[in-house]
Amino acid sequence: MKTGAKILVESLQREGVETIFGYPGGVVLPIYDELYDSPLRHILVRHEQAAAHAADGYARASGRVGVCLATSGPGACNLVTGIATAYMDSVPIVALTGQVPTNLLGNDAFQESDITGITMPITKHNYLVKDTADLGRVVKEAFYIAGTGRPGPVLIDIPKDVSTKVIKEPPVPEKVILRGYSPTYRGHKRQIEKALQLITAAERPVIYAGGGVILSNASVELVDFATQLGIPVTTTLMGIGCIPCDHPLNLGMLGMHGTEYANFAITESDLLFSIGVRFDDRVTGKTDTFAPHAKIIHIDIDPAEIGKNKRVDVPVVGDVKAVLQDMLLMLKKNGQKDAWLKKIRHWKQHHPLKCPQDGRLHPQFVIRQMSELLGGDAIIVSEVGQNQMWTAQHYCFKHPRTWITSGGLGTMGYGLPAAMGAHFARPDLPVFDVAGDGSIQMNIQEFGTISHNKIPVKIAILNNRFLGMVRQWQELFYDRRYSFTELPSVEFVKIANAYGIEGVKVESPDDVMPALRAALDCDGPFVMDFRIEREENVFPMVPAGAAINEMIGGHPK
Amino acid sequence: MKPHTLSILVENKSGVLSRVTGLFSRRGFNIESLAVGPCEEPGMSRITIVVIGDDEKIEQVMKQLNKLIDIIKVSDLTENERVERELALIKVTAEPGTSRAEIMQVASIFRAQIVDVGAKTLILQVIGDTEKIDALEKLLRQYGVKEFVRTGKVGILRGSKTVTSLK
Repeated sequence: MKTGAKILVESLQREGVETIFGYPGGVVLPIYDELYDSPLRHILVRHEQAAAHAADGYARASGRVGVCLATSGPGACNLVTGIATAYMDSVPIVALTGQVPTNLLGNDAFQESDITGITMPITKHNYLVKDTADLGRVVKEAFYIAGTGRPGPVLIDIPKDVSTKVIKEPPVPEKVILRGYSPTYRGHKRQIEKALQLITAAERPVIYAGGGVILSNASVELVDFATQLGIPVTTTLMGIGCIPCDHPLNLGMLGMHGTEYANFAITESDLLFSIGVRFDDRVTGKTDTFAPHAKIIHIDIDPAEIGKNKRVDVPVVGDVKAVLQDMLLMLKKNGQKDAWLKKIRHWKQHHPLKCPQDGRLHPQFVIRQMSELLGGDAIIVSEVGQNQMWTAQHYCFKHPRTWITSGGLGTMGYGLPAAMGAHFARPDLPVFDVAGDGSIQMNIQEFGTISHNKIPVKIAILNNRFLGMVRQWQELFYDRRYSFTELPSVEFVKIANAYGIEGVKVESPDDVMPALRAALDCDGPFVMDFRIEREENVFPMVPAGAAINEMIGGHPK
Repeated sequence: MKPHTLSILVENKSGVLSRVTGLFSRRGFNIESLAVGPCEEPGMSRITIVVIGDDEKIEQVMKQLNKLIDIIKVSDLTENERVERELALIKVTAEPGTSRAEIMQVASIFRAQIVDVGAKTLILQVIGDTEKIDALEKLLRQYGVKEFVRTGKVGILRGSKTVTSLK
C-alpha cells in the first residue's frame, strides 16, 4: 500500500530522474514530505518560473527530460512562461503541479487555477490526474510524450487527495501505447532519393540547419554529409553548435542578425536543404524573397512544420538523424561545387562580422575574449536581446548542446535559471550566462538559488543601462525616441555580494580577460558587470519584413 | 474559401473537445457547425466540424489537430461522395383555426414530422442537409418561429468506404 505521493516519486525515479527544480506550497505538502527522504535531488528555486527554466536548461544541455514542481494556483501560473519557452523551442520537460483536492475542483478554492486549461496551448500534452491508480501510468506516458517525436513540455496536475490517498499500486504497463501518437522516425525512401537527386544536381546548394539537428543528436551526420558533398551550412539561432564555428563550410547564423555571407548564400542558392527548421520570420524575413531561386528540401519530424510558411519541393517527414543516416548510405560521391565555394569564401573574406577596436569596452570584444578563454569547452547560456545576438554572432561554438538560449519565445530572464539547470546536466563543464542588465533583473532573485546551492554559474552582464535591443529599434525606426528603455545604473556586484556571491565590475577592455579568468577560477558562482558602450548596436540587421539580403550595418557590397 | 467538413476521431476523455475547439480559435477559425457523439469504436468519439477556410489553411489545421495526443484520426470529407445530415426542431406559432393546416402541409412537403402539438404552437422536426433546413426555416418564418434549435452536421461516406479508411 502506498500514497499517491510515494507512487509519484518512485515513478520519477523509474524514469531516471535525478534532479528536480521546485518550490513547495500547500497542496504539494504530501509530495514534499515524500521528497524529504528520497534520493531525488531537489533544488529550491526562488520563483517557480526559474524552476521551469532550470528544467528546460537541464533538458537542453543533457538531451534528457527536465523536471520541475510547483504548487497549485500562483505556483502553477508562475511556471507558464517557462513552459511556453520550452514549447516554442521543442524542449522536453515534465512540469508537475499540485492542485486543490478533487472535491473542490472548479469551486474557486484557495490557490486554485485551471492549469491544464491555461497550459493547453503551450504543452505538447497535459493531464489532470483524478485517480491515484492512474498516477504511475500517467508519469510514464508524460515522459514518453515529452521525449519522443518532436519533444515538448508535458504538464501533470495532481490534486492533493490524489497524492495522499493510499492504494495498492496497480502495475505500470511495460510499454506506452497511445492510439493517437506515433511519430515517424524513418524518412520515406522515395522522398529521400528525390532529395538526393536534387542535392547532387544543384550548383549552389546551402544547408539550412536548425534546432532539430541538435534535438535529434545528428550533428555528426550533418557535418559528415556537408563535408562529403562540400555543401556550406548556415544555422539558425537554435542550430548553433551543430557544426563547429571554425569549420570551413560553416556560414554562421542566418536571418535578421545573421552573417552577411549566410544571407547572401541563401539568396543566391539554387537548392536549400532545410534540416530541422521551421522557416521562422526572424530567419526568412520576407518569405517571398527567401531563397527565391532555390528548390527546397525539408526534413522535419513534425509534418505540421512542412509547408507551413514556405512551399517545399521535397518534404521528408522523419527524425533528422535517421534520415541523414539513410542519406549517407545512399549517397553517391560527386564533385565539389568549386565555383560556389569560391564565391562563398570571397563573401566570408569581405563581409566578416565587425568587432570594433577603439580602446572602449565593446560587447563583441567581451564575447570574443570569453570564446578565446573557454575554447568551446563550456556551456554558454544567454538571456534575450542584444546580449543573445552578440553571443550567437561572436562566440565560437564547437559542440552541440553547448549553446542554450530562448529562441522562439524570446524570454528575458531565461538565462540565469537555465544556466542552473545546465550545470546539473553537465557538472563537468563551466557554465556562463551572458546577460543584459535588463534581462538579469527579470530573475535576479535566483542569485539566492545559486548561492544557497553553490551552483558555479558565471554571470557576464553586458551592462549598457538600456533595454538594448528595444533601444536599438527605437534608434533605427522610431527617431531615437527612447521610450521607457533607459535603466538607472545598478551595482550588480553589490547585489551579488549581498547574496554571498563574488563579483567584479569591468570598465576597460584590458580588464576583460582577468575578470573572465577570475570567474573561471572561482569555485562558486561569479558575477561580472561589464560596463559596455551604451549605444552599441547588433549588426548586420535585416529590418522586419525586408528581404534577408537587404541588411543594414554590414559592409558595402 | 469554402466550407470543409472534418471528421475527427478522438479518445473519449474529458477535455478533448476543448483541445480541439481551442486549436480552431487559436488559429483564427470560426466553427460553423459542431457535432460530437460516440462512434463504432468503444472508448472513442467522433467530432464532425464544419469550418470555412482556404485549402492550405485547412490542411495546416488538420496537421495541428493530428498532433494532439488524444486525437486518433482527422479526415476531410469535403472532396468525397458523402451523406450529410442535420436535425432541427422548430417551434412555430399556430393558433387553432388559423394557419395550422397550412403549416402541416409545408411540413409534409419537407417530410418534417410534427412532434408536439400545443394549444398555440406546433413543433416540427426536420432532418436534411443545410439547405433544406434553411429553406424550411425561412418558409415558416411568416407564421412566426418562436424557437429554432439545430444540431451540428454529421457526415458519412457513401458506399463501403469509411471515414477511418480515408488518407
